[in-house]
Amino acid sequence: MIASLSLILLCQLVGEVAVRALAVPVPGPVVGLVLLLLLLLARDRFPALARGPLGNDGVESTSRGMLANLSLLFIPAGVGVVQKLDLLAEHGIAILVILAVSVIVTLLATVATFVAASSMFAREEDNP
Amino acid sequence: MSDNPFSLWVYLSQSPLLWLTVTLLTYAVTDAVSLKTRRHPLANPVLHSLWIIGAFLLLTGTSYTTYFAGAQFVHFLLGPATVALAVPLYENRRRVAAAVLPMLVALAVGSLTAIVSVVLLARAFGLPREIILSLAPKSVTAGVAMGISESLHADPSLTAVAVILTGIMGAIIVTPLMNFTGITDFRGRGFAAGIAAHGIGTARAFQVDEVAGVFAGIAMSLNALVTSLLVPLAVTYLLR
Repeated sequence: MIASLSLILLCQLVGEVAVRALAVPVPGPVVGLVLLLLLLLARDRFPALARGPLGNDGVESTSRGMLANLSLLFIPAGVGVVQKLDLLAEHGIAILVILAVSVIVTLLATVATFVAASSMFAREEDNP
Repeated sequence: MSDNPFSLWVYLSQSPLLWLTVTLLTYAVTDAVSLKTRRHPLANPVLHSLWIIGAFLLLTGTSYTTYFAGAQFVHFLLGPATVALAVPLYENRRRVAAAVLPMLVALAVGSLTAIVSVVLLARAFGLPREIILSLAPKSVTAGVAMGISESLHADPSLTAVAVILTGIMGAIIVTPLMNFTGITDFRGRGFAAGIAAHGIGTARAFQVDEVAGVFAGIAMSLNALVTSLLVPLAVTYLLR
């Protein structure tokens, strides 16, 4: 588990360094995600890589454990709401209504586009 | 033993141990309740942990800075958890590769809808310009949203609050809303949750269905990129 966690941290570290060195507007952990994905794909081609954290379900089980409790990780930042209670008291209802309507509209627009586009592209594949 | 129970509290309230314990314990309880109710949307563990911990801080007169000194160890794991999304992505790579085109179209439409809808609504409500700018990036993950808000000279801490509220509302509403529309494609349902409600929506998606979680994770990552490009453009056009 320590080796798997180290591999995950290493991917993030390389990601953060790369983002800063190249001054690109991408979050470092997203680059780390791509690196870990490339490592996992490379393991399929080169079985010699399947050792340590990359062998025997190591990094997989550590990652699944972390993602199973993803909700926990948002709590420290979320508690920051207590600092903004005065502003919420002033504009709170308007802000809540705006955010709620916007989130519903966004969910519907995204899922409708996804479903429409995937059936459109599937039809094109059927009759090229 | 300490001769004064107050001095014990002074020690504990300043140490990271107490606030880390409070965070984990509150989450353990709210998550157990969420499991017991078979992941009912209203039993969202983030929502209930926030008000319980928030009330505890207000009652004990503890500052957020003191709380965060302990809770930062949990907060830190957000980065590694983003990297860990590579694993379910790898395991579902064939389904993801087959859906690249619909994902890109839905990303463009969803990202634009998230920004334009909030800016237009906030303007219709007559909110001050600084608040509108702070709300605009609310659908992306907190770190990125705060960066965008800063570059617009808005209020990053208000942005963080808007991001969290958006995430919680999205996570609560997504399942009933999608069931209501009758859409059963968990790729699309998850993707929408990731676009509209970033990591908290993704956490919800993983509770419902693994495929939904994978697509939510991709949506959240892509939306972080697209929104940082779109928000400055959108506010220039919409707030002239």
